Amino acid sequence: MSLDSSPKPSVAFAHFEFVKSELSLLFTRRRTWAMLFTISLIPIFLAIAVSLSGSTVPPGEGPPFLDRVSQNGLFVGFTAMVLAIPFFLPLTMAVVSGDTIAGEANTGTLRYLLISPLSRAKLLLVKFIGAGAFALAATFTLMLTGIIIGSILFPIGPVTLLSGEVIPIPDALLRIALVAIYVSISLMGVAAIGLFISTLTVVPVGAMAATVILSTVSQILGSLPQIEVIHPYLPTYYWLGFADFLRSPLDFTSFTSNLLLQLGYILIFGSFAYSKFTTKDVLS
Amino acid sequence: MASSIAAEYAIETRGLSKSFGSHNAVDGIDLRVPRGSVFGFLGPNGSGKTSTIRMLLGLSNISAGEVYLLGHRMPDHLDLALPHVGALVEGPAFYPFISGRRNLIRFDSANKNADPKTRDERVDRALARVGLTAAAKKKVHAYSLGMKQRLAIANALLQPRELLVLDEPTNGLDPQGTREIRNLVRTLASEGITFFISSHLLVEIEQICTHLAVMSQGKLVEQGSLEELSKSETLVLTLQTDQKQGAIKVLRDLKIKAKAHQSEIVAVVPRGLIEPEEIVRKLTRAKVGIKSFSLLAPTLEERFVSLTGEGFDVAR
Repeated sequence: MSLDSSPKPSVAFAHFEFVKSELSLLFTRRRTWAMLFTISLIPIFLAIAVSLSGSTVPPGEGPPFLDRVSQNGLFVGFTAMVLAIPFFLPLTMAVVSGDTIAGEANTGTLRYLLISPLSRAKLLLVKFIGAGAFALAATFTLMLTGIIIGSILFPIGPVTLLSGEVIPIPDALLRIALVAIYVSISLMGVAAIGLFISTLTVVPVGAMAATVILSTVSQILGSLPQIEVIHPYLPTYYWLGFADFLRSPLDFTSFTSNLLLQLGYILIFGSFAYSKFTTKDVLS
Repeated sequence: MASSIAAEYAIETRGLSKSFGSHNAVDGIDLRVPRGSVFGFLGPNGSGKTSTIRMLLGLSNISAGEVYLLGHRMPDHLDLALPHVGALVEGPAFYPFISGRRNLIRFDSANKNADPKTRDERVDRALARVGLTAAAKKKVHAYSLGMKQRLAIANALLQPRELLVLDEPTNGLDPQGTREIRNLVRTLASEGITFFISSHLLVEIEQICTHLAVMSQGKLVEQGSLEELSKSETLVLTLQTDQKQGAIKVLRDLKIKAKAHQSEIVAVVPRGLIEPEEIVRKLTRAKVGIKSFSLLAPTLEERFVSLTGEGFDVAR
């Protein structure tokens, strides 16, 4: 056994090694690709449905922006996002985040990761980074598919914003990217909750289901006007606030409030996950 | 080999306990595993072996007592001790949807002390060492249990180690595979690596061990070198005769308490109490016909069974 492990790689570099490993594992799973594929079907179905029904959607009917889709293919992504955000995107986020620790515990690989040795705090952090990467992959998949199918089925041109201004295509693409980032950030509160629940069980499906339920409950509470006072603290409160990016000048009010809210959830559920996981007996 | 603290023992525990509610899975054990030894950790299923190993490796919390792994207090200095420890705990566990080779790369990249530049080379060497080179690119879900077991050992060998902890390493292996593992242990032990091997079967490990400890119902009931353990304080007398009553009386006069067991008479005799020739002479003088007679140290197997209760009983 002569191969020596020195010189020791720098700490930052070593951290990066495991992030790389986590991402490569996540994006090797068939499940990840199946979810991304299904996400890409949302704009495709939407665009095909609109295209087949002719260009006669009256404003105000169906999901927001639906009437604009047939005039400008770039709106496919926005409309699909409105459709995907209440249920499908949180569902995929719950699958990924609920699986983080419980999935490793379930296969027994958790004990081998920990004795590598890998610190439990670092494992949590890297798993959360993985969830964030998935959120970005999911939202950009949806938006890019939207652009592609939109440009195939509909005319593409300068985009008329909600405030009436017309912006050129490159500006519109920037705003599409901003919406994807906005929605990814919106999902991170759910991801933090999923990460925490994932430390409580060795049954990943249980953690996934619990996370979906909590995200749904948050949206139900958010629709009850009687408890309006708690609405701004629900993780789902700003989920549809990305419409701000369709106004001119670019308005970052919702973005900032959403970011702060999600950071709050990340901090709270991140510390729950940390205190639970770092003191837990790994018996699986 | 980059050494950690020069402790006399690779593993040392003091009053180590693990309780689940009111049940003591591990009950105040003082384990001392000398460096360079091949230490067999024996006990029936459920006697607390795996609970002990989990605490040794910092996987589960210690209810009471202390653990020193390569001289480092656990779990506080886990990150100092574990890089020098390879382990197979509670059977192999891998990601089934990636290849054996990618699994090893995954675990190696979790170790911040592992140099990514030598990773491929180290992984290939570990795979070759356990004879999995040909199956390296197959997905693990296509592996047999024996192959997974060997892959787990390869994982433990990714780095130069001072201590290898193997929990039931021959589980699920055929006799050929068991022999291969034994040979591998012998080779690695000759390179100076300390082994801590748990098993519920003495025959699996007695040929390779230099030291043994026996667990029963959470307690350490015996511990020492093979030599010490074979040097029994007591001998077992076995006598076949038709005059059982006469024989028992003669033995009683010699201060030996004997019992009739079907066709033979069995007694436990303190070592050095009396020479066998003397017993035979006394028996013959009392006209007890002897069909066969022996006065032998108990085998390790007999001791193991007497310490832990009969055979495969799962401990309470």
